[in-house]
Amino acid sequence: MHLTHLSDEALVALLERGQEDALAELYDRYGQVAYSLAYRMLRNETLAEDAVQDAFLTVWRNAAKFVPERAKASTWLLTIVHRRAVDLVRREERRRTEPFTAGSEPVADEESAADAAWLRLQRERVQEALRRLPDEQREALELAYYGGFTQSELAERLGQPLGTIKSRMFAGLARLRELLGDVRIEEGTWDPRQSTT
Amino acid sequence: MGPEAIHDLTSAYALDALDADEAREFEEHMRHCAQCQSELADLQEVTAVLAYAAPPAAAAPALRGRILEQARAERSNVIPFPRAQAQPRRRTTWILGAAAAAAAAVAIGLGIWAATLHNDLGAERSAHSRLEQALAIAASPGSAHVDLTGANGSLAVAPSGRGVLVIPDLGKAPAGKTYEAWVIRGSKPSPAGLFRGGGSTVVPLSRRVPPGSVVAVTVEPKGGMPMPTTTPFITAKLS
Repeated sequence: MHLTHLSDEALVALLERGQEDALAELYDRYGQVAYSLAYRMLRNETLAEDAVQDAFLTVWRNAAKFVPERAKASTWLLTIVHRRAVDLVRREERRRTEPFTAGSEPVADEESAADAAWLRLQRERVQEALRRLPDEQREALELAYYGGFTQSELAERLGQPLGTIKSRMFAGLARLRELLGDVRIEEGTWDPRQSTT
Repeated sequence: MGPEAIHDLTSAYALDALDADEAREFEEHMRHCAQCQSELADLQEVTAVLAYAAPPAAAAPALRGRILEQARAERSNVIPFPRAQAQPRRRTTWILGAAAAAAAAVAIGLGIWAATLHNDLGAERSAHSRLEQALAIAASPGSAHVDLTGANGSLAVAPSGRGVLVIPDLGKAPAGKTYEAWVIRGSKPSPAGLFRGGGSTVVPLSRRVPPGSVVAVTVEPKGGMPMPTTTPFITAKLS
């Protein structure tokens, strides 16, 4: 069977039947995004690999719980990766205060060049949407999502009432959703120095 | 915590920004709150996309094998679930060869380069950068390109199913509305991304595009819909 032509959701259905080639295909589709996220949060290769491995095995064990009417399979998977990385970053308290140094860049072979390009497009689009958020909303979302800070920790760290932090996260996500729907190739605010590296 | 207060934990929960006690409390509440369940599902579509903004990092090649090995070891615990086998898919004949030339033809034919000349420098570079990515997809060996029906432009799909819509002169969506792309398999449309238009538009599709499916664009209320509510005005069928 040509798994590459199946939807993500169909692959998850195959996981339920214990088909590990479907897990391999899901890893090939989302392993890099999952690892990049985990590495961004954990700043450590071993911990990031642990988070990704745990997340894929959670997906493998819990495929039957996935409800395709509720969410895209990729959303479900990336949500699990994020949750696992948050658990680890909170356990490894010191990680989030260490400076972030970029990991080794993935090398795309000819076969995966198109996928690499697609990922780069997607990354630029999301980074740009983030840049266009009001500073305080971006700060709240980034510290929460990539830093793994709880809302109470954020309130303390930023010296703001909890209610303010909640509204920044709420407004930030609402605005981000709008901005992500705003895909154009001319963007006056785009800064080439920030996204070509 | 009162019922008012707990609803506004939804955003923090979607960001995994609650501590363990708060998260448990919210999950307990959500079990009986259809509104929070549906809001959370919407918000998680946004938070999951944040994963893509992380700087690219390559995992050790051995990680894949370790995951599969562990999964294999656990397989005896997975109870096979009787379910209709996914439809086997036909192998498609992908357009091969002369791909780079074809990609350039796509770009020039669509007037994309001209369109970018009118922008300021930063915007122009942005446009080029996105176009380069789109063209990398179009030019990759084995990519398929299909002319759009209903508008100038084209759909390029890599053999992996990663696709991009290039629409060089798309008017802005009406106030309060958005364009929404769909990947339609059989008669089942799945949402594949929102965009606003208003110039040369390059849309990376968030869903894979399998052979035989149709990519369509409709006008939907701002924020997008889970199912199309209007007739597509742009379509492209992948053979």
